[in-house]
Amino acid sequence: MSTHIPVGPVLDTTGPPDGARKVGDLKPDLLLTQEHHMCPGCGEPLTIRVFLEAIQELGVAQKTVAVCGIGCYTSFSGTLDVDLVQALHGRAPSVATGVKRMLPDSVVFTLQGDGDMVNEGLQEVLHTAARGERVTCILLNNGVFGETGGHMTATSVLGQRTKNTLDGRDAQYHGYPILIGDLIAQLQGAVYVARGSVHNAGAIARTKKMFRRAFEAQIRGEGFTFVEVLTMCPTGWFIPTADGPDYMTETLGEVHIMGELKVGGVVRSTEELHTENVRRAEEAAAAKARDLAAKHE
Amino acid sequence: MTTTTESPRPAASSRRLMEGAEAIATAAIAAGCRFFAGYPMTPFTEVLEHFARLLPDAGGVCINAESELEAVGMAWGALATGARAATGSTGQGLSLMQESFAEITLAELPLVVFNMARSQGDYFQATRGGGHGDYRHIVLAPMDIAEAAELTQLAFHLADMWRHPVLVYGDYLTAHMQEAVSVERIEFGEVPAKHWALDGTLGGTGRSGIVSPLGFGKLGQPAPGIERHLRNIVAKQREIERREVRVESGWVDDAETVVVAFGTPAKFVRYVVKRLRAEGEKVGYVRPITLWPFPYDAVAGAAAAARTVATFELCAGQMVDDVRLGVAGRAPVVTIGGISTDGSGFGVGPLLDAEIIRERVLAVHRGGPDADLPPLPLNDRA
Repeated sequence: MSTHIPVGPVLDTTGPPDGARKVGDLKPDLLLTQEHHMCPGCGEPLTIRVFLEAIQELGVAQKTVAVCGIGCYTSFSGTLDVDLVQALHGRAPSVATGVKRMLPDSVVFTLQGDGDMVNEGLQEVLHTAARGERVTCILLNNGVFGETGGHMTATSVLGQRTKNTLDGRDAQYHGYPILIGDLIAQLQGAVYVARGSVHNAGAIARTKKMFRRAFEAQIRGEGFTFVEVLTMCPTGWFIPTADGPDYMTETLGEVHIMGELKVGGVVRSTEELHTENVRRAEEAAAAKARDLAAKHE
Repeated sequence: MTTTTESPRPAASSRRLMEGAEAIATAAIAAGCRFFAGYPMTPFTEVLEHFARLLPDAGGVCINAESELEAVGMAWGALATGARAATGSTGQGLSLMQESFAEITLAELPLVVFNMARSQGDYFQATRGGGHGDYRHIVLAPMDIAEAAELTQLAFHLADMWRHPVLVYGDYLTAHMQEAVSVERIEFGEVPAKHWALDGTLGGTGRSGIVSPLGFGKLGQPAPGIERHLRNIVAKQREIERREVRVESGWVDDAETVVVAFGTPAKFVRYVVKRLRAEGEKVGYVRPITLWPFPYDAVAGAAAAARTVATFELCAGQMVDDVRLGVAGRAPVVTIGGISTDGSGFGVGPLLDAEIIRERVLAVHRGGPDADLPPLPLNDRA
C-alpha cells in the first residue's frame, strides 16, 4: 500500500498574497497617519477609526470641527484630519457650544474620556445636553484614568481595582459608578443617546451605526446627541493585553450595558437593556435546549 | 495736565444717557463682538442683560451660561472660529475662570473679559495672571463710562492685534452709573487676518487646522513644541510691555506729593488734586489706564522730584506694589486708600468721597509718608 501525495500549485507563503493588506494599513482617510501613541490593546484608536469613517461616509468632513478634551486620546489631536479645538480637561462641551453657535451649519463633536467628561466636566455635558445644543459628545469610557496610570473614575465599576482603590471599588467607601448615558437620556434636549463598544467586530459595527445616527440627528438639527463607547484599557486595568475584550465584557460591560438609550424620544434605561439582554440569553438557552432535546428524540 | 492716551473719540453728536453696562455692551457690539456668555453676578449682571438684549439683533449670540466655567468655555469656542467674543463677571466669578484664562492665553485667542469688580482688590488677580503659568493679560481701567465705552472697543482691537486676552476692569459705578455718552465704532486701524481661525472646511484635505494651547500642531505642519511655545508667549508679552502702556498724569512736574489711582477712584483723585492745585498745593496725580503693562516709567518720572508718593486704592493696597517697583526707592510710597464697601459688599463704600480723599491726600502732603491718616470711614450697616 502506498500513499499518493497529489502534486499541485504550491502557495508562496514567503510574503503576503497579492491584494492583502495588514490591519494597520486600513487607515481611515481622516487620519493623517496610522501611527499613534496608545498602548497595545487600547480601544481608543478603534473608536476613533469608527467615528472618522462615519464622518467620511456622511460626507461632512469639510464642515466638521472637533473639540478635544484631555486624556490619552489627546495625542490624536495632531493626527485627526479635521479642524480641531483643544479644550481643557472637562470643558469641551462648552467650547463646542461656542463653536456651533458661531458655525451653525457645521458638524461639531467633542472627544472626551470618562475622567474628562464624567468626573471633571459632568455639569458641562449635562447642561449642554439640556440646552439641546446641536453637537455630538463622544465619551471614550474605560472606567479608569489611563493617562495618569490607572486611577478610579466616576464610571469605575464596583470591585474594580485601580491605583487608588487597591482592594477594589467599594460602594461604602468610594461610592457608586455613574451611568452617564442614563442621566443624559432623561434630559429633554438630548435626542439620541447610545452606548457602544469596540470589544469585537460585531460591537464595532453596531457602534459605527450609533455614530451615524448621532451625526445624522445633529445634521438634521434635532438636538443634542451622545455616543458613549466602552474601550479596552489593559494597561490601566493591569491585565494581559489580549485579555482586554473579555475582561471588559465581564466587568465594565456588565454595568455599562451596550445599547441605544434614547431614540425618537423613547428612553430605555441601562437596567431595561440589561433585563432585555438577560431575557434574550434565556430565550437563546431555551432554544438551544429544545434543539438538543429534538436531536435526542 | 499731560496725557499719553492717543485714541480717537467719536463725534459728540449721538450722545445719549445710558448706564455703563449698556454703554459697554453697545460699544462691544459696535466693535464687532458677536458672542457673549456670562453668569449673573452683582455688579456685572447688567452687562450680561444688555448683551442678551442687544446681541441677537446684531446677528450675534448671548448665552446665559450655567456657570462661569461654561461662560468662558463658550467664549473660547466662539473665538476659535474667528469671531470677536467676550465674557465677564466680578472678580469672584473670574476666579472660577482662571484656568481657562491661562490656557486661552497660551492658545493665543483674543478674548475680551469684563470685570465689574466689587472692589479694587482684584488688582493682583487682573495683573498677575490669576491662573497658572507665566502669563499676563492686558488690563484696561476706565475711570468713567465714556472711557469705558472707548476702552471696550480698544480692548477688542488690542486682543486681535496681539492675539492676547484683554481685561476691562470696571466696578459697581462703571456698570450702574448713567452718563451721556456716544457709542459709535472707533477705527483703530487694521488687525492681522485670522488665518488660524477654524471653520471646518479643511477637514480631509491634509491641511486641517488646530487651535491649541499646547504648542503642537497637526502632523506635517510646523509647530513650536511646548517649550518654545511658552517662551514665544513670554516674548510677545515683553513686546506688549514696550508698546501698549497707557497712562494719564497731571501736575507731576513740580509735585511734592504724587497720588496714583486707577479706575473710578482716579476720577475722584484727579478732581481732588485739581482743587488742591487751585489752592496752591504742589500735588499731582498719575492714572494708569493700562494696569498691565503698568506705566512704571511714568510713575518713576513723577516720583523723581516728589517727597511722597501715595496710592489711593479701594482695597488694602495692591497696586502699591507696582508703584513701589516704579518708584524704585526715589521717594517713600504709602497707600492712603483702604477697604471700603457698602452693606452688601458688592458696591462702593464711604471712602469714595472727594472730601475724605482730600483729607487723606493733605495728611501725607503736609505730614509726609509717616503722617497719621484720618480713620477710615466705616459703613456700619450690618
